[in-house]
Amino acid sequence: MAGSIKRSGKFDIERAFRGGTAALALSVLVLGAIIVYELFSSSGPAFDRFGFGFITSRDWDPVSELYGALPFIWGTFYTSILALVIALPLSLGIAVFLTELAPVWLRGPIGFMVELLAAIPSLVYGLWGLFVLAPIMQEHIQPFLAQYDYLPFFKGYPLGLGIMTASVIVAIMILPTISSISREVMYTVPETQREGGLALGMTRWEVVSKVVIPYSRSGILGGVILGFGRALGETMAVTMVIGNTPQITMSLFDPGYTIASVLANEFAEATEKVHLSVLVELGLILFVISILMNSAAKLLLWRMNRYGSGSGS
Amino acid sequence: MNGGGLGYGRRKLTGHVMMAGSLVAACIAVALLFWIIGYVFIKGIHGINLDFFTELPTPVGVEGGGLANAIVGSIIVVGMAALMAVPVGVAAAVYLSEYGRGLFASSVRFVADVLAGVPAIVAGIVAYALVVSRMGRFSAFSGSVALAILMLPIIIRSSEEIFKTVPNTLREASLALGIPRWRTVIKVVLRTASGGLVTGIMLAVARVGGEAAPLLFTAFSNSFWSLRPDQPMATLPVQLFNYAISPYDDWHEKAWAAALVLIFMVLMLNIAAKMYAHRRPGR
Amino acid sequence: MTDKLKVEALSAWFGNNPALYDINIAMPEKSVTAIIGPSGCGKSTFVRCLNRLHEEVPGASSRGIVLLDGEDVYSPGVDPVLLRRRMGMIFQKPNPFPTMSIAQNVVAGILLERRMSKSEVEESAEKYLKLAALWDEVKDKLHKPGMSLSGGQQQRLCIARALAVEPEVLLADEPASALDPISTAKVEELFMDLKERYTIIVVTHNMQQAARISDKTAFFLTGKLVEYDATAKIFTNPSRKETEDYVTGRFG
Repeated sequence: MAGSIKRSGKFDIERAFRGGTAALALSVLVLGAIIVYELFSSSGPAFDRFGFGFITSRDWDPVSELYGALPFIWGTFYTSILALVIALPLSLGIAVFLTELAPVWLRGPIGFMVELLAAIPSLVYGLWGLFVLAPIMQEHIQPFLAQYDYLPFFKGYPLGLGIMTASVIVAIMILPTISSISREVMYTVPETQREGGLALGMTRWEVVSKVVIPYSRSGILGGVILGFGRALGETMAVTMVIGNTPQITMSLFDPGYTIASVLANEFAEATEKVHLSVLVELGLILFVISILMNSAAKLLLWRMNRYGSGSGS
Repeated sequence: MNGGGLGYGRRKLTGHVMMAGSLVAACIAVALLFWIIGYVFIKGIHGINLDFFTELPTPVGVEGGGLANAIVGSIIVVGMAALMAVPVGVAAAVYLSEYGRGLFASSVRFVADVLAGVPAIVAGIVAYALVVSRMGRFSAFSGSVALAILMLPIIIRSSEEIFKTVPNTLREASLALGIPRWRTVIKVVLRTASGGLVTGIMLAVARVGGEAAPLLFTAFSNSFWSLRPDQPMATLPVQLFNYAISPYDDWHEKAWAAALVLIFMVLMLNIAAKMYAHRRPGR
Repeated sequence: MTDKLKVEALSAWFGNNPALYDINIAMPEKSVTAIIGPSGCGKSTFVRCLNRLHEEVPGASSRGIVLLDGEDVYSPGVDPVLLRRRMGMIFQKPNPFPTMSIAQNVVAGILLERRMSKSEVEESAEKYLKLAALWDEVKDKLHKPGMSLSGGQQQRLCIARALAVEPEVLLADEPASALDPISTAKVEELFMDLKERYTIIVVTHNMQQAARISDKTAFFLTGKLVEYDATAKIFTNPSRKETEDYVTGRFG
């Protein structure tokens, strides 16, 4: 009845299973390496030809082989920063509402609806922006702002399609990212911290601004950077509303261009080897920037988790 | 002590204003959601009819027609992407949650996290360089590769999270019965987590199913029926984009209808996932 | 009586933190041995070292000899999976598999070795549910989920599941601590019956329980075995001061 407990000499499935899953986990690292390799090798010809001058040159005319990345880099950062300026207060407001103000029964549904904003495909935002938001901008908002044309932001003719509309659309798209991460880190603020503030005679808002937000600031910053990274890479919606004109301008009324949109517009039609290689190099720039943003956000959130749980219990 | 003094009055006022502001922010977000969804519904519902799902696209000015080829194309391209990404992603997640410790596992987690943030269009470039430039033409398969690159990190991270919710006591119960670890993973961990796993996969499908950026120069587009993975294939998102930026009203109407179909799919998948998450036993 | 289990110089760690120091103990065949001691004294770790479950915890390690019928379970050729088929284990909180029915839970361990027809499943389920004194309560709902039972019933289901593998040793890690008094009484009664056929080791922090069901009792304190003797002796006339303090409720 007592069977042997000795290992039989058969094929060791246990090890095979572990090794097999490990190999598939390794494939993620391989994929990362392939992405980096392909982007570098395909952009090689462009780099050999234009070097770092590519980044600082401002002319773009594929027909006469003029390739300058600066207008796209400018457009990408300008729209993303504007989007962040719009989205940050709204996102923090939503997070504060959901953690501090809303009755408990309302938190779930509202939180879910805000998250649904992130689920709507980029294309649908683009379509809505193109046919709904851009006309509103052109007819109502931009003419109003044009009174302040002594500011560099509101110069020129209100076109509707341009940097402003693109920034607003992107702001809506990154709002759920920032607000849901902020909400999560605010939840981790221990109740004793809030009670400490209340016991000192703080108002509810003072508890939020002086206790909750400072306590969770590195996590919120992580969410902001993650949202910014999303904004930089946002493609279809921006392509449909930004006006697709490579220029460096401060005016929000003017059309612009981003790295992602020039890729969307020109990649399929690029037949010249150099043109293609230049586009891949733009993709590489976008890739490197978003990797940096993501890594920074991850490190911040990771630190927040350790710090939060360390002092939480 | 100046309770009730002028300073306190101002503090109180600031507090009320800021808290009201947070309420307004939440209202704006919810209003935007309903505005966008409602608008797409109103504009798109006209275009939804049987033809939309069964007919091929027609040239500008010709009445009728539909997006049948693009709908089928999307199913094929996303389906092939899922076939590539789901098995690899789930297996990698099994490794991370059941065996993964130390530097290797941490680096896989980190790279998966970072890849999850790579812009969709960059995945398209990689698929172009890997497949299109080598095959010499656009193809449905290259589109699937691009979508699979996007799906893989999402699936890994969501599956690992789900596996972590399987209580350790169940693993130990199984091991104590003399069930080897690999069978424990399959019979107990995977089975217990299967619902959550499906939810995660559905959300990943919803996420990439609406993407046009990585398909523009991989799967490209096609006005005709094509079921061949080595040929260009129409997909719903790319078709929507082409229609939206065209100058023709009847194509715009089709774009809205396509948007309605996309939004409907995404909302259904998200709501189903949410309902499932609520039903899950335990915490 | 021969010794079913013999432990020599067993030590265990979680990472760098020692959990057990140099334990030497032997358990006679077909008897109930109770392991008592305050929480954190290493009693759970000790039983988890016997079926090599301790090593499945990340960072955990152990050293020493555990002889099962004279064979060291830590010798290099031993497969812990086969070892665990000879040593069943019951956990503190009942843990039936949530995706399986009552009958499937009982035969979960058998299904591993061979396929079973539906009637075989029912036959085995009946046999072991009877052994675990649960049959009368569940015979009409064998195909309902295991999670639908009460806590006490779930624990007896887990006992049936452990018995179905036909082990020789039963390890029980505070099997009644999450149960109500009536269920506890049922589980205790069950152990008294099972003693005829199995070597049982029960971890408990409930001293009355140890006194009621065990033949021998081991008292652990801060990772060390303080005293090990016949249960009657431990509870009436212990030879060590620490044991006396503990069993009379003066600390812990």
